[in-house]
Amino acid sequence: MEISKEKFQIVGTRSTEAEKISKPSLSFWKDVSIRFRKNKLAMFGVVLLILLIIMAIFGPYMTKFDYRTNNLVNTNKPPGSMHWFGTDDLGRDVFARTWQGARISLFIGIAAAAVDFFIGVFWGGLAGYKGGRIDEFMMRFADVLWGIPYLLLVILFMVVMGQSLGTMILAMTITGWINMARIVRGQVLSLKSQEYVLASKTLGAGLQRIMGKHLIPNTMGPILVTMTLTVPSAIFTEAFLSYLGLGLTPPLASWGTMASDGLPAIKYYPWRLFFPATFICLTIFAFNVIGDGLRDALDPRLRK
Amino acid sequence: MAKYITKRLLYLLFSLYLIITATFFLMRLAPGNPFTGEKQLPPEIQASLNEHYGLNKPWYVQYGDYLVKIAHWDFGPSFKYNSRTVNDLINDGFPVSLFLGVEAILIALALGTLLGIIAALKHNKWQDYGAMIIAVLGISVPSFIMATVLQYFLAIKWHIFPVARWDSFMHTILPALALASTPMAFIARLTRSSMLEVLANDYIRTAKSKGLGQTAITIKHTIRNALLPVVSYMGPLSAGIVTGSFVIEKIFGIPGLGSHFVMSISNRDYTVIMGVTVFYSIILLSAILLVDIAYGFIDPRIKLTSGKKGE
Amino acid sequence: MEKLLEVKNLEVSFQTYGGEVKAVRGVSFDLHKGETLAIVGESGSGKSVTSQTIMKLIPMPPGKIKGGQILFNGEDIVKKTDKQMEKIRGKEISMIFQDPMTSLNPTMKIGRQIMEVLTKHQNMSTSTAKERAVELLRLVGIPMPEKRVIQYPHEFSGGMRQRAMIAIALAANPKLLIADEPTTALDVTIQAQILELMKDLQSKMDTSIIFITHDLGVVANVADRVAVMYAGQIVEMGTVDEVFYDPRHPYTWGLLASMPSLDNDDKSELAAIPGTPPDLIHPPKGDAFAARNQYAMAIDFEEEPPMFQISETHFAKTWLLHPDAPKVEPPEAVKRRMRKLASTFEKPVLVQEGKS
Repeated sequence: MEISKEKFQIVGTRSTEAEKISKPSLSFWKDVSIRFRKNKLAMFGVVLLILLIIMAIFGPYMTKFDYRTNNLVNTNKPPGSMHWFGTDDLGRDVFARTWQGARISLFIGIAAAAVDFFIGVFWGGLAGYKGGRIDEFMMRFADVLWGIPYLLLVILFMVVMGQSLGTMILAMTITGWINMARIVRGQVLSLKSQEYVLASKTLGAGLQRIMGKHLIPNTMGPILVTMTLTVPSAIFTEAFLSYLGLGLTPPLASWGTMASDGLPAIKYYPWRLFFPATFICLTIFAFNVIGDGLRDALDPRLRK
Repeated sequence: MAKYITKRLLYLLFSLYLIITATFFLMRLAPGNPFTGEKQLPPEIQASLNEHYGLNKPWYVQYGDYLVKIAHWDFGPSFKYNSRTVNDLINDGFPVSLFLGVEAILIALALGTLLGIIAALKHNKWQDYGAMIIAVLGISVPSFIMATVLQYFLAIKWHIFPVARWDSFMHTILPALALASTPMAFIARLTRSSMLEVLANDYIRTAKSKGLGQTAITIKHTIRNALLPVVSYMGPLSAGIVTGSFVIEKIFGIPGLGSHFVMSISNRDYTVIMGVTVFYSIILLSAILLVDIAYGFIDPRIKLTSGKKGE
Repeated sequence: MEKLLEVKNLEVSFQTYGGEVKAVRGVSFDLHKGETLAIVGESGSGKSVTSQTIMKLIPMPPGKIKGGQILFNGEDIVKKTDKQMEKIRGKEISMIFQDPMTSLNPTMKIGRQIMEVLTKHQNMSTSTAKERAVELLRLVGIPMPEKRVIQYPHEFSGGMRQRAMIAIALAANPKLLIADEPTTALDVTIQAQILELMKDLQSKMDTSIIFITHDLGVVANVADRVAVMYAGQIVEMGTVDEVFYDPRHPYTWGLLASMPSLDNDDKSELAAIPGTPPDLIHPPKGDAFAARNQYAMAIDFEEEPPMFQISETHFAKTWLLHPDAPKVEPPEAVKRRMRKLASTFEKPVLVQEGKS
């Protein structure tokens, strides 16, 4: 062994080295985003969704036809250079209607998710934070409401209140928020006992500050997943209601009403079903894979 | 145990009471009158009808009468078809719906768990991706579209199955498949994720350290524990089957309670809507309760003493 | 004594998002019949991975044995297929895990979890296996075993569960028992009982034991020899006396100094080792411990130290044993326990590559 003697000088610990060798710590959301982006299916869902949203915004302007103008000479025309997606039984342009429908269907989905979010976060957050008897009462109330079969209630509401966008969203959210409330409450309960919240409590932070600064950001993950999965279920419900004849009334077009109008014509004019049905499926698919991807990316057990 | 069941029964009764009350008052809010919707009848006929159905009494008497009737398993008359009561419709249609529903549940459970187990055992291999693509498709395609497409190809074009009606067992297969598609997809995903969770447990490693083979570990240690969440999904599953049947029965022309219900919706036959809703609620809430009790017997860790649900 | 197990230059890696984690980097040791070897180290030092690799229990992928041999009774385990391993696991080698709360199947009766081993490896009928399961539970000190055998794990306390785990592990009279931190999750009083039980059973059954722990205090009680692991390598190995009374590696000094001991006088404080273990995706150049080592020399940051032999049984991997290295004083707490051992060589001998 030929090693020069001065190499055997004691130099001691190297603090910078000691710092550097510890693993570069990724922030939670950075870590989540790395894992999400590695999920090819979820990324495909994101791209799909972006395309759908772009088309929902610009699609109706891309054709010279209006979504509600009847043209009784041009009924049930197959897709061609004039009408890209063909026309329906009243000669309306299916392309224009499809993207108009995209607006409505996406709006319903997102609105339902947003309403669920606000009520759920408020209810669950308050119940979890307050605890004790208030929590008991609030969650029992939610339990009882939860017992009511969801779609039956929605149907009942639509029958009685009439078919409009507002009643539909109201009907969907009347029990829809409970899921969100439960998740938020569960998260709040588990977080409440953790030290950093206790610490800020001892420092005299008020309710609002603790909720806003600590609890909500930490519960964001599961909330995001739930919201992502609420959107497709609302779009699904809208289509279902349309099929039962409880959908939006003409001339308004949603994918659900278009698909159920197109169903009987499947044999002779399949495009009338094909386009709205395909986009319903694609949208639900996109939201589902994004939701799944988010859930997997957020799962701390998968963190390495 | 007995205490738990009593407690749950009380909750169930309370939920039912809320549902009945809500339906009753919602229906009073409905536009028009129960017989006609928005049309007007000659006043003397209207009056005699009101007399006959007790509609001239004050609302609280009607409400009380309704509660008493439901308690006696009487779901009221149909205002559209004079000779038929809601009970007639239920007796007539529910056996058919029940048969279809049970068949669909069996299909969904069998195929769903099979797909989920295969996907989990072959995690991140082509079998996994294949099974999950089937599952995502099942979730993404609304049942009425799935049913129409199945009917169009398998029955109308290729003549493998009868197109519609309810005559023989062959007639039941296609609607049951269509009805099962969405829940099957959910069960497949649920089974897969719960299998993966179980497989990551320490006791699976223990089983491996004992020298047990892959098959023995899967059968004895994994599947049983992984299927517990599937059992608790049976409640929502039956709700999904019931609502799914509205659509499927209509598409395949099946004379079940679902098609009666859809018919009553398009006719705005309020008393039927109300009665059938209450009936379905009773069925579903009982199903959920039964599933929870069964779960307590299957999972030795759960002692059914508190009101907390094991999640 | 006959060698039961020889591990030669074992290298194990895990493929992760961040890159390849080199969890075990060239570990060699051997184990004789009836002997107890303790492997000591911080979490992440590779001690659990080493032991699980012996049974091939690490998930593959992401885990991979990159090199080396594991000779058990002269046969290389690394080369064995999963089917062949099934005949070894539970029968020849068995394992007790750290957390008795999660290591038993919650929905299977304790008795059946023991019987599985018996029916698999001893070809016992169900009824004989059941009787044997009761016997085993009695052997590991579980009162009323006839009643306990039909209970579920959640009806057992932590200590009882670990006893049941021991019963499972010993059911087929294995030649080697690997205990991966078997007492870490238990109360201190229970810990002592479990250790006592293991020692007792070892003398009855003549099993060899590999005892994994991060707690040096436990080691003195149970082990014949000790291997200290750091960053995927064995940095010092010797008999219990050698490691406790004549430690040579500064990491072992750190571990000993941070150990509370009754014969310390009250004034001396427990010394902690500064810093954190290195990232094994990019192991540092030179000695992996250098950055945390107050005795680190310039050479430690450049060259990986070789293994030096201090006695027939005592090895340490540090440049401090090089003839050119300055004489250094170990920390006070360690110095106090140092004593001269008769078996020590005149001078540390450099171990030639390929021989260990």
